[in-house]
Amino acid sequence: MGTLPEPFAAWFAGRGWTPRPHQLALLRAAEAGHSALLVAPTGGGKTLAGFLPSLIDLARAPRANGAGSLHTLYISPLKALAVDIARNLMAPVEEMGLPIRIETRTGDTPQNRRARQRVDPPNLLLTTPESLALLLTQPEAGEFFAGLGAVVVDEIHALAGTKRGDQLALCLARLGRLAPGARRVGLSATVAWPEPLRAFLSATGEAEAVRLVQVRGGAAPELSITLPEGRLPWGGHMGLASMPEVYRRIREARVTIVFVNTRAQAELCFQALWRLNDDSLAIALHHGSLTVEQRRKVEAAMAAGKLRAVVATASLDLGIDWGDVDQVIQVGAPKGVARLLQRVGRANHRMDEPSRAVLVPANRFEVIECTAALEAVRHQELDGDPPRPGGLDVLAQHILAMACHAPFHPDALYEEVRCAAPYAALTRRDFDDVLGFVENGGYALRVYDRFRKLFRDAEGMVHVRDQRVARQLRMNLGTIVETPLVKVRLRGGPVLGEVEEWFISTLVAGDCFIFAGQTLRFEALDGVSAVVSRGGEGDPRVPAYAGSRMPLSTWLAARVREIINEPRKWRLLPEPVRDWLRLQQRRSMLPPKDGLLIETFPRGGRWFLVAYCFEGRLAHQTLGMLVTKRMERAGFGPLGYLATDYVLATWSAFEPTAVETLFEEDILGEELEEWMAESSMLRRTFRNIATIAGLLEKNHPGQEKRPRQMTMNADLIYDVLRKHEPDHILLRATRQEAAGGLTDVARIGLLLARARGRIIHRSLDRVSPLAVPALIEEGREWVAGGAEDALLAEAEALVEEVTDGAEIFSELLAEVTEGVRIRPRDVDKPRHRERPRRSRFIRSMPRSA
Amino acid sequence: MSAAPIHLGGERLMLDPAGVLHWPARRTLVVADLHLEKGSAFAAAGRFLPPYDTRETLSRLALLLRRWKPERIVALGDSFHDRHGASRLPPAEAEALHRMLAGVEMVWVLGNHDPEPPEGLPGLAAEELRDGPLVFRHQARPAASRFAMAPGGEVSGHFHPKATMPTRVGGITRPCFIADGRRLLLPAFGAYTGGLDARDPAIAGLFPRGARLFLLGRERLFSMAAGPPRAVAGGGPAPRPVLTETGPG
Repeated sequence: MGTLPEPFAAWFAGRGWTPRPHQLALLRAAEAGHSALLVAPTGGGKTLAGFLPSLIDLARAPRANGAGSLHTLYISPLKALAVDIARNLMAPVEEMGLPIRIETRTGDTPQNRRARQRVDPPNLLLTTPESLALLLTQPEAGEFFAGLGAVVVDEIHALAGTKRGDQLALCLARLGRLAPGARRVGLSATVAWPEPLRAFLSATGEAEAVRLVQVRGGAAPELSITLPEGRLPWGGHMGLASMPEVYRRIREARVTIVFVNTRAQAELCFQALWRLNDDSLAIALHHGSLTVEQRRKVEAAMAAGKLRAVVATASLDLGIDWGDVDQVIQVGAPKGVARLLQRVGRANHRMDEPSRAVLVPANRFEVIECTAALEAVRHQELDGDPPRPGGLDVLAQHILAMACHAPFHPDALYEEVRCAAPYAALTRRDFDDVLGFVENGGYALRVYDRFRKLFRDAEGMVHVRDQRVARQLRMNLGTIVETPLVKVRLRGGPVLGEVEEWFISTLVAGDCFIFAGQTLRFEALDGVSAVVSRGGEGDPRVPAYAGSRMPLSTWLAARVREIINEPRKWRLLPEPVRDWLRLQQRRSMLPPKDGLLIETFPRGGRWFLVAYCFEGRLAHQTLGMLVTKRMERAGFGPLGYLATDYVLATWSAFEPTAVETLFEEDILGEELEEWMAESSMLRRTFRNIATIAGLLEKNHPGQEKRPRQMTMNADLIYDVLRKHEPDHILLRATRQEAAGGLTDVARIGLLLARARGRIIHRSLDRVSPLAVPALIEEGREWVAGGAEDALLAEAEALVEEVTDGAEIFSELLAEVTEGVRIRPRDVDKPRHRERPRRSRFIRSMPRSA
Repeated sequence: MSAAPIHLGGERLMLDPAGVLHWPARRTLVVADLHLEKGSAFAAAGRFLPPYDTRETLSRLALLLRRWKPERIVALGDSFHDRHGASRLPPAEAEALHRMLAGVEMVWVLGNHDPEPPEGLPGLAAEELRDGPLVFRHQARPAASRFAMAPGGEVSGHFHPKATMPTRVGGITRPCFIADGRRLLLPAFGAYTGGLDARDPAIAGLFPRGARLFLLGRERLFSMAAGPPRAVAGGGPAPRPVLTETGPG
């Protein structure tokens, strides 16, 4: 056992604390100059453990103001967390009277303070990956980080494996060059695989260079499942039927966090709770689309103990310490064990007392999923994804950023980049091609040489062309690609937050929707915001947000399959779920253990095919593409498909027959790539990659006020590039990402091999009990193909028929068909009203004819 | 492939599902908003779009020249993405363009992106072209000045119209022609040109009595009616959001 030096020992004693073993372990690592990864459950005093060595060092050897005063850099995935930690650190520093300056630097930091920080950095700087990347583009970054002694990466498990994590890893590699002496500290929640996190943190990309400090145990959480009174819902993920039960539990606890999975769900649950709120309990709402001010207000009220409950999405998953929370309620399935534990840990932020949490499944499948998750927690089994290679789009951004910082030699930068674990396996060819893309587009047709952004001098050093390029980069730095958003503003009042543009595009004046906890009536679109008023009648809609759904971890999916297969395990399940499974047995059959059950049935003018694969949503995505291709060739006219965690559902214009042939193994061999390339999923992937890599810009210098008008239609670029240069680095990056993140061809191969000769086709006259939850899912993929033209012809003929060829308004057409849905691909383009105005301006100029 | 005949100003015109117009009586092919060299215009502004847009646009146009064998081509403006576009044509594309225009009368109607005639290319440039009852211009004149218009019909581009047709599985969006008895709007032809929803006031306002939309399909057009702008009908809906893209020029 070690001890703390004064005045720290006295300060700990004064609070009745003794330093925890892992705090001392981190101190020992720091004193030996070692980097360390601390893996501990929430509430273990992790943050203090990370900072303690720096505080002690600075107390021993205070640093003068000016260049070189930066001692420790702290990086958090959340701005709010950085601000919160800064506030928490002030307590010990002030109470011990330590000569330590602590400041934050985020996107919210005023320009003048940022400028001051560049010449006179604080001793501890708390920031985000994006702000760090921006700092590193500055020519003076070398002096700024020269005296750096430590880098603390908080919530490292939430960053590694994401594009933000890729960017951070590259920035850490650069810090390793600027300040080779700086040790690194990673703070992580309990994860299944700490090794990739060690490698991520390591200055060499190798896990061995980082000490692992693991805190095991803590009291086991007390988890239970609660069901709604009355009928158990068949589908949906909102869990509204359980709100009376949730409300009762809020009333009985001191402070509750109600975690939900999506923002739409947060809005609906919040409304439902307030309808029940006869006692006027202080219940608040917190999600990422609300304005920052509104979120801060809720957080402050929570910290001050003024709230009884807050309904929150992942926006509250991480870090911030809420103190008195004594109950966590998870509405909807948890989707992963690690994520569940993280959320449960928000209750009772002390390690030695058990956290209490209640799971509230929203439908019958989710009951099974929650049961499976409970089983997993009981057996202390965690899930997690193995690391994936770093994105080449992020690398493109980083290469340009490094050129903005200082000239570099490609050989040296290549070596440096490979010190970042996500890029350890980067080939020189990929590196050179990405560099070529940054320089001049890297196209085989070398026509952009005169526009090049980088040039090489006689010694082979790469320079950035001019400050305009640097400015453009800094404005577009970052790896978060947002779907176009529209502000929601009360008429004559404040902005309430933002919703996705496509949602607004489906509204007409007078339509109602729920947002920011209230029912709003849409009035008009006013330039950049949707003007709304309070109240309104009729059935309100709820904005949905693309990409907000978490996939079920494949491992949990397997457990669900096991429970369904084993009627003996059904005793774990509540009666309505057992009834449901028995009903499925009668109407169709239970998905067999080794075979593959496929059902077909007509519904709503289309034919549905549902395959019970249980391979997880990502594998089903790929399978959906392949199967619909077969269907197209067989003339079934596939229209779209949907992948859930459990099943693949397709719908087509005509009845699928001989379904066994649709699931033959050779579908994997047939033009897999070509088919994938047509998919809406790959198009989305390309759009994100093109934006991050700098092909499409988020912001343009001089256009700060109206950035989105500069956006290009990524689909058109994708089509042209694919036709003329299919091997371009951006397309390779797109395929690599799709292969790593979304498709799991090997898994599908195993599934199809297992199912060979054991496919059981049930042709039903209506939907089966087990298929219902799937058909209520969102997130459909479209099949681009001949079916589209066929449908257009059909719709056209339908109108002719109804009107005997007479003119009718398009509004009527919408009424006689099933309702208008807008394809995301067609709406993820920017709003643009300036064209006519600008045209007039140009037209007024004199010209020769 | 089947083209759809429509009548404008008493003239019979063919709408090609590829997004161009053929006027058989004058053996004239009309194409709007080619936006050639849009890629290189973006490259000059620091965005290295694939430099294949001109090649793609021209090869699609060449196909239509073989199909219709016109004696005259009318490009309805914004033929180049900016005023220096023609000077940036890569040699191969410039040669292809010259080859295509050999033996054909070429009329470059000027647009807001290319307010000057393209350098070094054959053909006439004009603010607008009048031929018989028809006038060809880049941007349609607003309805207020309808009486000032020639009594025939007006053919224009500029707006890149597109429309969504509801079907039993949801809306399908395509570029489209828009026509009433007096005007015809052509979809944009260029490879990198996005679209503006036909319900946008900027377009709908040109058709106060409603119009017919012709959505482009692979082999044929799909027609649907569009009512007059609902704002005029009183208390109508909010304008739909405008979704399109534009260049750095």
